Order: sequence, then structure tokens, then C-alpha cells
Amino acid sequence: MSAPVWPALLGRFSWDALPFVRAWAHPDANEIIGAGAGGMVVAGALFAVALLTYLGRWRWLWREWITSLDHKKIGIMYVVLAFIMLARALIEANLMRLQQASAINAPGFVAPEHFAELFSTHGSIMIFFMAMPFLTGLMNYLVPLQIGSRDVAFPLVNAIGLWLTAAGAALMMASLVIGRFSTGGWSGYPPYTELAFSPGTGPDYWIWAVTLGSVASTLAGLNIAVTLYKMRCPGMKLMRMPLFCWTSLCTAILMVFAMPPLTVATALLALDRYLGFHFFTNTLGGNMMNYANLFWMFGHPEVYIVILPAFGIYSEVVSTFSGKELYGYISLVIATMAIAVLSFTVWLHHFFTMGQSADINAIFGIATMTIGVPTGVKIYNWIWTMFRGEVRFTTPMLYALAFMMTFVLGGLTGIILAFPPLDYLVHNTLFLVAHFHNMLIPGTLYGLVAAYTFWFPKAFGFRLNEFWGRVAVACWVIGFYLAFMPLYVLGAAGMTRRTQAVHEAAYRPWLYIAEVGAVILFCGLAALIVQLWVSIRDRDANRVPVGDPWDGRTLEWSIAAPPPEYNFAHIPHVERLDAFYHDKRSHAPYAAPPHYSAIEMPRNSRTAPVLGLAGAATGFALVWYMWWLAAVGAVAMVVTVIARSFVRDTERTITAEEIERTERAWLAEVARARPIPREIENSTANQGLAKVHA
Amino acid sequence: MSMDATRHAGLPVDHGDAEAEMDASRDLFGFWVFLMSDAVIFALLFATYGVMLPATAGGPTPASEYKIGPTFLETLVLLTSSLTFGMATVALKHAAQRRALLAWMAVTLALGLLFLGLELHDFADMAAHGAVPARSGFLSAFFGLVPLHGLHVLAGCLWILVMMAQLLIFGPDPRVRINIQRLGLFWHFLDIIWIAIFSTVYLPGLIR
Ligand SMILES: [Cu+2]
Repeated sequence: MSAPVWPALLGRFSWDALPFVRAWAHPDANEIIGAGAGGMVVAGALFAVALLTYLGRWRWLWREWITSLDHKKIGIMYVVLAFIMLARALIEANLMRLQQASAINAPGFVAPEHFAELFSTHGSIMIFFMAMPFLTGLMNYLVPLQIGSRDVAFPLVNAIGLWLTAAGAALMMASLVIGRFSTGGWSGYPPYTELAFSPGTGPDYWIWAVTLGSVASTLAGLNIAVTLYKMRCPGMKLMRMPLFCWTSLCTAILMVFAMPPLTVATALLALDRYLGFHFFTNTLGGNMMNYANLFWMFGHPEVYIVILPAFGIYSEVVSTFSGKELYGYISLVIATMAIAVLSFTVWLHHFFTMGQSADINAIFGIATMTIGVPTGVKIYNWIWTMFRGEVRFTTPMLYALAFMMTFVLGGLTGIILAFPPLDYLVHNTLFLVAHFHNMLIPGTLYGLVAAYTFWFPKAFGFRLNEFWGRVAVACWVIGFYLAFMPLYVLGAAGMTRRTQAVHEAAYRPWLYIAEVGAVILFCGLAALIVQLWVSIRDRDANRVPVGDPWDGRTLEWSIAAPPPEYNFAHIPHVERLDAFYHDKRSHAPYAAPPHYSAIEMPRNSRTAPVLGLAGAATGFALVWYMWWLAAVGAVAMVVTVIARSFVRDTERTITAEEIERTERAWLAEVARARPIPREIENSTANQGLAKVHA
Repeated sequence: MSMDATRHAGLPVDHGDAEAEMDASRDLFGFWVFLMSDAVIFALLFATYGVMLPATAGGPTPASEYKIGPTFLETLVLLTSSLTFGMATVALKHAAQRRALLAWMAVTLALGLLFLGLELHDFADMAAHGAVPARSGFLSAFFGLVPLHGLHVLAGCLWILVMMAQLLIFGPDPRVRINIQRLGLFWHFLDIIWIAIFSTVYLPGLIR
């Protein structure tokens, strides 16, 4: 069964690589779960194909979405990808908790190897294919709108980033159906992930999926940074940018500088595994510490890559729903930059216990604690923004409040871990797992979901259901506390992380509570799905075509919802911070301009999806040693890029008449709409025209 | 706008057309950002090389493998190619000199290929002594760093070919001009990386 099938063509594929075949041969719970997961991927893919064919939507998908270079559509596709991957990683989290709760002095139902695959995919997906695409999608959608631009700096590069990310996610999904995933955790530490110890396909899947995601993130960072430097509308000085733009800029710069270390780490690991190099091996001069340094030179800034955008989101949310200008804008900008710089100086705290001198540990411990200062500044600023404001407890605002309290708690445990002697005590225990989930769930997930709720009406033209939004908040918050507070206790009691079975009966109640919490977190996702369903069903009653449902402050609220392809018929001129908010109060912001002129927008392009497909094929071929396919894929990528450079007809013109028609229709909606005071912004009366309060 | 006139002084950007000027400024800046990211990759490989220098595992050492003659020749060839690319950029500035532009790019291409040939010869020589990447951590680090630069030069050569073809097909239209300038940044960047390789890999290795 395990002999290779047609090695010249299929490399090291054997029938045993299919989980269905394994489940047939050994029908125990473990293999059946594996086959079930693989079956879900196959069924999901078949269902999507069948549905698209039934609805006759292939051409539409290709024309309107896959080949689109519109930054708004690319942003939305990123977020959709993130939600799909979130669902998978959350199911895995539940499976792990269920296993641990059922494996107290018992084997449980998931085998150790399989359990190791679960925590490796859970971590890799949550970081690389949930958090990163989600925040990249938000930045893509929002940054050009907030700086009064029609587009990002490099639309094609943008699309290439999306499709390379999708290629990496596809490899993650393929690992469920063919072969096995890495058992080396999300950080893939050698020498365990070296060929000598993990000869299977697992680490190779990890390497190529992560490399594709990493290259894509570098491109995304480059694009967002250049967009923010070069594409701002007249008058939009740096210190007039919305805070989300500031955090996006710092995130983008972090991506440009922090993703290359990851690319280097995975590439060198690949050289070790494929060509017998000795970077990280145990023998012939290899040194694993090279990997630890390279990986965490990426890994620590990564923490801030995923948290800084959320800081920006909360700044916008808190200021909007308090009806007040952001308190201490300048100090928030400085704090953001300080965090971005400091994030590069602390990576070594990820290996305090690996034998460097006490002095080095002390220096990195102090550097780590320093990050608490600018973060504290931010928390104070948000509190002062709410102070004496007209606070509305909407769904995004509830996320912001839950974030502030929970994040501070996580920060305190972070200070414990930043202190090397204490880190020795809880090293590699669940305390650490509790800590980073305590930072990442409120600091990233809440922020991303808050942004999704806050800007959804802008992107799709109708509001999300508020009741189900609140149910989701309750699930995410209660679920978080139940799932992770017990892990602090267990970690302090000495329970190690990544363990498949437990041999201490006293842990049982805590593990049960954590399991209940994991289920409630899953209900949070379910509530979001119900919310989306209900909102789409009731969309006609909740439309906000005018585009400003929350009495917004920044430029993106000044245009129609959903925005036209060209964003702004006339490029705005900005005189101050929160320009749109003050425009609404000083003069009529919705006046028709004297004339319209034609606008050039990028034409659709097949280049990016072709590159994504070729990238996925190359990665898959390398995992399976199908050298011919790897060569075909690599050559296809180079040829595609060169061929594209010969294309000259890359822009299409939207005529002045077409723009005039669109804008007039929108202005008619504005004239028809009734201004809505903030108190009833969640009622169906809200058509997106905010009543101007003095 | 008086600032715009000086923004790319000396560079062959479309002066006068404000929009093309803006596009050029954005595209070149974007490429600078890419180069910074690429520079991080090289910096990390240099650091890795430095750390792994003693990890020879009883095998070949820098002193036994590096040779000053060929590496010096490679340095001269690559530095000259940067000069010839500079001449190409000067030719690009004057619209009438398409033939000179093509000629200078062809010379640069030839020098780039010569460099690659010399480097490959060096590597083959090392392999003949048993100095292959799988032999030791030191050799892995060497073959992780130096051939990556070579790979960049190869990509640069391919890019020169593409740009020469585009010059023949499209003439020096705005996109060709911007891309030749990006290519120029890339080519000079490779020169700088090579100087770093020559002075931190080869020279200290020979001094032993
Ligand atoms: Cu860290």
C-alpha cells in the first residue's frame, strides 16, 4: 500500500497518502476524523463548483472577482479567505480541547501524531492564513478610501499578493486530503523538522505554504507603504491621516522588513531538506540557533503586524461611537511608531531558556517590558476619547471595550513572561499559550471582527444585524475567558503545551472549563454566520446607500455605499484631521460638482490568478517530489511575469457620462434620505445620512 | 510646482508631464522599498555566514578554497558592468540615442554573463575539491549567500534581454523608461552586494 505509484509522474505519492485509504485500512476514531476532514475539503470544493455551475456564475466570478484589480474587491476576497480559514482553525482548536479533556489518564480519540498536526495547522493557519489575510484585506479596502485615493500604488502587485496567499491556503487545504501536515508546530523548529527526524511531506507542506504567504505579505506591505507615501489626496499631510492609516503604514513597514527573515528561514530549511545543506542540522556544523534567531526576527514583529491594525481600528471605532475627536492623536501616532521600532528589539525573549548569558536575557527582558509603555499610552488615549463623549454601545464599540480590559490583562501576564527567571518557570507550559491567545484574540480577532461589522455597510451597502452581532460579541468574550483563563492556572501548575494526553487528574475541571470555552468560541463564529445570513435576508430594510450610517469622521464615509469603482468622482481636498466630519458641519458635503471628467482605471488581468495557480502547483510538486511539475510551474511563473511586461493596454477609461450618471443617482438618494440622529442609527430608518449634531 | 522640477534632477523621467512624473516617482520609490526588503535577505545571509564561519566540520576552510585572482577579476567585471549601465542611463536621457542605449545594455549583458561564467567556474573548482554545500555548515552558508547573488545577476541578465526587446518593439515609452531605471537600481544594488561579499567573505577568508 505504501509503495510509490508511478514515481516518475507522481513523485513519492502512494495510496497510503489518502486519508480515505488509511481510514479504510484502520477504521478507528483517529483515522475516521482525518478522513472526515479530508472529505469536508473535497465536498466543500465540489459543492462550490456545483453551485457555481448551477447558477451559471463562472464567467461572473472570473470577470468581476478573480481577474479584478480593484483594491476593494481584492480586500473583500482577502477577508472571505480569512473567514474560511478561521472556520477550519477553530474546528481544530475545538478538537484539541476535546481531546485533552477526554484524555486524562486515557488515550482519548486523537492519536499523538494527529494531535501534533492539529496544533501545527491551527497555529500556522491562524497566523498566516487568517490574521494576515484579514488585516491585509482591511488595509487594502480602507487605506485608499481613507486617504482620498482612487487606487493603491500597484494594483497588479496587490492582486498577485492575494493569489499567492490563496495558493498557500490551498496547500494547507491539500494537506488534509493528500499526505500529512507538519508535526513541528507553527514555528517549524529544526532539527525536528529536518529530513532526519521528519522525512514525510509534513514540513514540506509547511515550508511552501508559509513561503507563499510570506512573499505575498512582503508584496502587500510594499504596496500599502507606497500607497500611503505617494497616493494621498491634496492636503492629506501625514499628520492628518486617520489613525488606521498610521497603523497600516507602520504595519506595512514591519511587513517589508520582518517578512524577509521568515522567507530566509523557510528557504534555508528547504535547502537543508532538499539539497542536504547543513544550516540547522545536528551534524556537520549545522546550528539550530540560527533558525531560532531568523524565525523570531520575523516572529516577534509579526505580533505587532497583527495587532497594530487592530489598534487603528479601535481608534476609529472609539472616536466615531463616542462622537469625539481622538484624544491625543499625536501621542497615538508616536506610540504606534515606537511600538513598530521596539518590536524589532525583543525577539530573543522567545528563547530565554536556550542558554545565552544572563546579561543578554536581562537586556532583552527589559526591552520587552518597554513595549508596555506606548501600549499603555494608547489605552489611556482611548479611555480619554470616551470620557464625556456621547458613547453608543454598538457592536464594534463592545469589541473595543472588551479588548481594552482583556488586553491589559494579557499585557500583565506578558510582563511576567518578559522577566527571564519567571519565564524559566512557565516556559513551554500552557501559561504561554494562555498569554498569547490573551493578546491575539482581543488584540487581533476582536479588532478584525469589529472592523468587519463597522465597515460592512460601507462595502456592501447594508447594515449587519445588530442583535446577532451582540450575540457574537458575548460568545467571543465569554468563550475567551472560559477557554483561556483555565490555561493560566494549568500552566502555572506545570501542564506543558502541545501535549496529547494528561496524567494528572487534578487538571480535569480546568480542562473541562476550557473545553466549554472553546465550544462557546465556536458559537461566536456560528453567530457571525447567522448574522450574515439574517442581514442578507433583510438587506432591503437595512440599506444605507448614502454611505454614512454612523456619523463617520473620515473620507471613506463621504461616498456612496458600496463605493463606485473609482472611489471619488472628484479627488477630495483636505484641510484638517477628520475632514469629512467637519465638512458635514461647516458646509454641504454632498453638493454636485460643476462638471465630471473621465477616469482611467486598471483593466482586469489574468496575470495574478495564473501566478497563484502556478505557485500552488510548484509548491505542491515540491512537496511530492514531482520534479517535472515543479519545473513547469516555476517556468510558467517567470514566463507569465515577462509576458505581462509586454502588455501595454492596461487601463480602461470610465467616461464622464457614466460617472455623471452614477453620481447623480447617488445624489438623488442623498436628497431623498432623511437625516438620522445617532440614537436611532440601528433602526431601519437609517439610510446612511447622518444628522449633523452641532 | 518648482519642487517637481528638482525632484528627479538628472534622471531621465518625463519632465513636464506632471502625471507621468508622479507615476515615475511612485514606481521608482516602490522599487527602492523592494530593494530594502531584498537587502534584509542579504543582510541575514551575511550574518548567517559570519556565525557559521567556524563550522567547517573538519572539511575545507576559507583559506583552502578562496582564490584572490579569479574573485578580483569577477569584481572588476561587475564594477565595469555598473559603469556601462550608467552609460546606458545617460543614453536614455537623450531621446535620439536609442542605438547607443541598446549598445551599452548589450555590453552590460555581456559583462554580466562573463561574471556568471567566472563564478560558475569558481564553484566548479570548489566542488572538485570536495567543497560542496552538503559538506559543512560553513560551506552551506557560503553556498547560501554567494550563489544567491549570482541568481540575482542571472535575473538581471534576463531583465536586460527583456528590456532590449521592449526597446526594439515599443521604443523608449514611459513604461520602458521607468523599467530601465528600475533595472539600473537593481544592477547597481547587485554591485554593492558584491562589494560586500568580496570584502566580508573573500578578503577576510584569504587573510585567514
Ligand atoms: Cu515576542
